[in-house]
Formats: sequence, structure tokens, C-alpha cells
Amino acid sequence: MADVQVYKRTPAEQQLAQRRSKKAMRDQVMMFSLMIFLTLVSFSMVVAYEAGVAGFSKYLIIPMVMLFAAVQVGLQLYYFMHMSEKGHGIPQMFMYTGALLGFLIPLTFVTIVWW
Amino acid sequence: MSSVAQKKGFGATLWDWLTTVDHKKIGILYFLGGGFFFVVGGIEAMLIRWQLHKPNNDFVSAGLFNDLITMHGTTMIFLAAMPILFGFMNAIVPLQIGARDVAFPFINSLGFWMFFFGGLFLNLSWFFQQVPDAGWTSYASLSIASEGHGVDFYAIGLQIAGGGTLMAGINFLVTIINMRAPGMTYMRMPLFTWTTFVASAMILFAFPPLTVGLFFLTFDRMFGGNFFDHTMGGNTIIWEHIFWIFGHPEVYILILPAFGIFSEIFSTFSRKRLFGYPSMVFATVLIGFLGFMVWAHHMFTVGLGPTANAIFAVATMAIAVPTGVKIFNWLLTMWGGSIRVTTPMLYALGFIPSFVMGGVTGVMQGAAPLDYQLHDSYFIVAHFHYVIVGGVVLGILAATHYWWPKMFGTLLDEALGKVTFWFFFIGFHMTFLIQHWLGFWGMPRRVWTFMDGQGWNSANLISTIGAFLMAIGVIVLVYNVIITSVKNVKVANDPWGDGRTLEWAIESPPIYYNFPATPLVRGLDTVWIEKMEGNETGLTPAEPIKDIHMPNGSIIPILMSFGLFIAGFGAMFRTEESWGLPVLIFGLLWTFVAMAARSLQDDTGYYVKKDEILRDLKRKGGQK
Ligand code: HEM
Ligand SMILES: [Cu+2]
Repeated sequence: MADVQVYKRTPAEQQLAQRRSKKAMRDQVMMFSLMIFLTLVSFSMVVAYEAGVAGFSKYLIIPMVMLFAAVQVGLQLYYFMHMSEKGHGIPQMFMYTGALLGFLIPLTFVTIVWW
Repeated sequence: MSSVAQKKGFGATLWDWLTTVDHKKIGILYFLGGGFFFVVGGIEAMLIRWQLHKPNNDFVSAGLFNDLITMHGTTMIFLAAMPILFGFMNAIVPLQIGARDVAFPFINSLGFWMFFFGGLFLNLSWFFQQVPDAGWTSYASLSIASEGHGVDFYAIGLQIAGGGTLMAGINFLVTIINMRAPGMTYMRMPLFTWTTFVASAMILFAFPPLTVGLFFLTFDRMFGGNFFDHTMGGNTIIWEHIFWIFGHPEVYILILPAFGIFSEIFSTFSRKRLFGYPSMVFATVLIGFLGFMVWAHHMFTVGLGPTANAIFAVATMAIAVPTGVKIFNWLLTMWGGSIRVTTPMLYALGFIPSFVMGGVTGVMQGAAPLDYQLHDSYFIVAHFHYVIVGGVVLGILAATHYWWPKMFGTLLDEALGKVTFWFFFIGFHMTFLIQHWLGFWGMPRRVWTFMDGQGWNSANLISTIGAFLMAIGVIVLVYNVIITSVKNVKVANDPWGDGRTLEWAIESPPIYYNFPATPLVRGLDTVWIEKMEGNETGLTPAEPIKDIHMPNGSIIPILMSFGLFIAGFGAMFRTEESWGLPVLIFGLLWTFVAMAARSLQDDTGYYVKKDEILRDLKRKGGQK
């Protein structure tokens, strides 16, 4: 079998690692609450519209919900799937390329095939 | 698993090749499979040219002519050019980045076998005498109407082969991202590795549209779908969009690896670092991006409207810029270098003017108003043969000579190589240069025959003669391969003497675990750097010699692909034969069982022991 290598951290390194994971934990919890908050707002808006509260028109709610959804996807990717951390450049590049193509190609279809 | 040379029986050797997951052997399999289809496609081309060598010829019937052009194009692109390039990528890229194998050896083998069975499926159409006949682009208005099973063979065969391609692409991406040796940063990767990387990324984004398009076509033809049938609310034009969203990136998937091959050859035989390496990398990536933004230049005459045409025309012409950057970098690499005109270098020198001519005609076609004149004429045929033959095929032939020692351990005869080059090069220009004028003079592409008295006779005859010269060149190459293999004179690590990248620092062909110790990469052209600093071996190990983990071979990939092959026949005959549906289900089940077997099996590979590696090293004469 391959040799197993044991690596001991120095106390300073240990402290740094601890501080980092604490901060990461705090961020995660914060973002999680934010996401729940956004979800609640979205639902309440729809409920308000259903109940016919004045000012909650379709044309306000649909873009708002879409916007919140986009924010949520971003938070999900960057905080829970750790894309904000180092070493995620390549996945980011591929995802953005895919998103760009996934946007541009339907756009051309809408404008030159189905219009 | 001893590496000591031992005589194996034929059965054991065959089993070894059928189950191999070694990237070097899979590279050879791709090379041989692609080479076979290259010959098949070449024979089809000769028949096409013979039919057109004089007016009113009836050497083949009009229907057979359609079969021939369709199969020629499809075979050459999907079953010859791409697999041969995959062969080189497999054989060379892991060596260039200092890896012991690709990231997913099992999937690598699966990719090869899917290509193989897909290609076989497509070509079996000849024996059923129902051959695809709607052109390699299979525009839906034609392909939906095509009778018999011809286009079914196209749709299903390409679906299977395309799945293999997608796997190969993903595999290379992961390999290059994850398996680079210590010190091999992105900006130290050899250009062939870079172009493989970008081409693989393009495969990742371009092949899913093809898959979708082929599924639509399959459903329309075999399962009563109406995606492309306008009388049922479908839309014929969508096929064209989907096909070209795949198709244009595809042509760059072909040319980028060829660019990589030539970059290696130019710098090796000019004995100079590649001029403008960072700009080369940037140009490659940029071409990769822009390649996705230009597909509608194939559809200028469809009637997309002036705005769409203008946008796509501008985007198309933009590609010429990074391509030009590359051309100048190659020229400046040679500038002031100490050039050695070996056979690969000869191909590289021939490539530059040939490819530039293809690029120029491309920009002409990219001008939408002019394309109304050129579209569907022989000018188009001339353009894409200039870029594909003058670029991709010359690249493949150059790489065949350049990396032959690394793949097979012998050196192809240089004199014969030059004979091949001159026949091929002169034949190529003779065949296709005159076709530009045929296009100007109004000869449409894909016509079975033409009338006398239109001024096309002698031009067509010249073209046909050129095609035969190319064929002679290829025959000389085959002869060269045969005598070289018979003589079997083994060569050392770096038979060219000027190798710059890691593959030249290990023996030819490399031992199955490639590197006894993973190398440390200290810069671009690392072997050259080491040699300049007096390290004769060209390698600095990054680790002590220790046990090496290797994957086990497996027969499952071939079984999985075979199931899809069977299912394809079932799908095709489902409506007219009672056995159709059961065979379709049986084939799919077969594949799923094979997949399950693979998932449930606990195969963690094996270790090559340190003692054995040391023994190998001693036998080789103490290579560090
Ligand atoms: C400067 C670069 C290039 C430009 C501007 C360009 C432009 C074009 C345009 C506008 C067409 C469509 C013409 C028509 O059908 O009316 C075309 C066709 C074609 N091009 Fe290019 N091209 C370029 C490079 C390449 C390369 C590098 C390849 C392949 C390695 C390639 C392969 C093809 C093929 C196969 C077709 C014909 C497809 C068909 O209709 O069957 N082109 N090109
Ligand atoms: Cu194109």
C-alpha cells in the first residue's frame, strides 16, 4: 500500500484554521436566514396578491420573485456549494459559459425563429 | 501483471486489447479505428470524383451518388478526423502533463467502443442497401422525407458515436484539470494539451445540442413525432439551427487540436520556444468562445432577415482575428530559429498557406451578401476542404509522423514520408483550388452529374486527377507504415533529438505506468529546460519511487456499447417487424445490466510494487 503521511499542524496554523471555520459557520447561518427570509417574502407577496391587497399587482410580483430566485441561486452556489472559496475558478468558468450560451441561444431562437 | 516481455498467445493479446483501459492502447485503437474509416471515406471520395470527371457520366446512379456524398462527409468528420485526433490526444496528452493515465480510464474505453459501434452501425447501412442520403447535414426537410432506413442509420449511429465523443471530451477536461504533474501550471501546458482542453470544452457544450437534434429526428422518423414537420405545427428550420449550433463548434473542435499539433512541431523543429505562447493560449480560448456565436452563417440564405445576418456576419469575421494571431505566431516562431525540415515540419510548412487560403474564403462567405452568390456552390466545397484537408488532415498526417515513435516505438521512413507529402499536397491543391472557380462559374454542390458545354469539363477533370494524386500519397503512407513495422527498428526516447515536452523524456513507447516517478515541471518546455541545464534525462522526479496505483482492465465497456448497438436495430425496425420492440428492449436492458454490473462491482485497481519499478529501471539501463 501507499505510505500514509501524517502531517501535524503548528498551533498558529491550528488557530487560523479554527478562526476560519468559525467565520465560515457564521456566514453560512447568516446566508441561510437571509434565504429563508427571501422565501417568506416571496410567498407573502403571492398571498397578498391572491388576497387582493392593493398595490400587489402581477407586474410587480413576477419580476420580484424572479429577482429573489436569482439571488437565491447565487447564494446557494457561493455559500453552500463553496464557490466563493479558492480553487473554484474552473467550475465557475464552465458554469458561466454554460449560462451565457443557455441565455444567448434561446434568445436567438426567440428573436429569429419564433418571432 | 509483470512488465517483463513475455510471449502471449493470440487469444490473450486480443483479450488484452478488448479490455484495455490504458490510454496509450486506447489511443492506438482510436488511431486504427479512425484510420480504417479514413480509408473507407477516401474510397467514397474517389467514387464521387470518378462520377464527376466528365459530363453526363453514369458511373453511379443519382441515388447512389447521394449515398456516397452523405457517407463521405459523415464518415470523414465523425468517424475519421475526430477519432484520429482522439487517438493522439489519448496517446500524448497524459504524457505531456506527466500523468499515468486519464482521469476515468473505464470511461475512456467506453468512449472508444461507443464510437466503434456507432461507426459500425452507420456503415452497416451499406449492407442493408438503405444508406443515409440527406447529406452530412441531414436537413430535416430532406431527411424526414427520405425513404427506407438510410437516415435512421444516420440518426442512431451518430447518437451512439456522439455519446462516446461526449465521454471522451469530459474525460480529457477532468484529466487536464486534475492530473497535471507538480509544477505544471496552466500557463506551462504544451499547446497540444491546451488545444485538447479547449476542444474538449467545446465538445461539452456542442454535443448535447447534437444529441437533442438527433433525438428529435429519431422521434420524427421512428416514433411519430412532429418536431420538424411544418404541416403538423413543427418547424423545419429548427433542425438547421440545432445542427449548426453543434456543427460550427464541431469544425473548431477539429481544427484546434490540429493547431496544437502544428504548434508543437513548429517549436520543436525551429528549436525555439513557441513565439507568443500566452497569446496563443488566449487565441485558442477566444476561438473556442466565438465558435459558438456564429452558427447562423451557414443559414444566411434561409431568410433570417438583414439584422440577424448582419450580426452573424460580424461575429464570423471576428474569428479571423485570433486565427490570424496564431498564423503570425507560427511564422515568428520560425523566424530566426534553426529550422530542420523533417517530414512533420514539411507538413507544417505546407499547412500555413493552405489553411490561410481556407480562412480567406471563409471570411468571404462570412460576408452575408456575397454568400448569396457562394452558398451551395462548389465554392463552399472548396472552402471547407481547404480548412479541413489543408488544416485538419495535414495536421493528422504531420502528427502521424511526429508521434509515431512515441506510439509505436519505430520511426516512419523520412524519405517515403516526404513522397507522401508531395503527392498529397500537390493533389490537394489540384483537387480543390479549381473548385473555387467551379463555384464562381455556377456549379452547384451535391449534383450527381452535369451537362456538357457549360465550361465545367476540364476543371472537373483536373479536380479528379488531383484526387487520385492524394490517394497515391495515402497509399505510399500505408506502405511506409507496413515496411516500418516489418523492419521494426526500435528508437530511443527522443528520436527527433529536439523534443521539448515531457513525452520525449520517457521511452518509446512508454512503459504502462508511463513515469516511474511523477516528474517535476519547472517551466514551459520542461524537458528542453532540463537539457539546457545539463540534465541529460530531461526529467526531474517530484517524488521518490513508490508503489503506483493502476486501474484494472474491463470487458464491460464493449458490452455496454454492444447493447446500444442492438437496441439501435430494434428501434429502427420497430414498426415493421414484430421482433423490433423486443430487440429494442433487450438491447437497452443489456446495457443497463452491464452498467449495473459495473456499479456493483468493487474494483479498486491494483498496485505496481516498488521493487518491480526498480527492476524495470535497471533493465532499461538505469534511467533516473
Ligand atoms: C476564418 C475562419 C472561418 C470562417 C470565417 C468560415 C466561414 C464559413 C461560412 C460563412 C460558411 C458557410 C458558407 C455557406 O454554406 O454558404 C462555412 C462553411 C463551412 N466551413 Fe467554414 N469558416 C472558417 C473556418 C473553418 C474551419 C477552420 C473549418 C473546419 C476545420 C470550417 C469548416 C466549414 C465547413 C465544413 C463548412 C460547410 C458546411 C456545409 O455546408 O456542409 N470552416 N464557413
Ligand atoms: Cu461555420
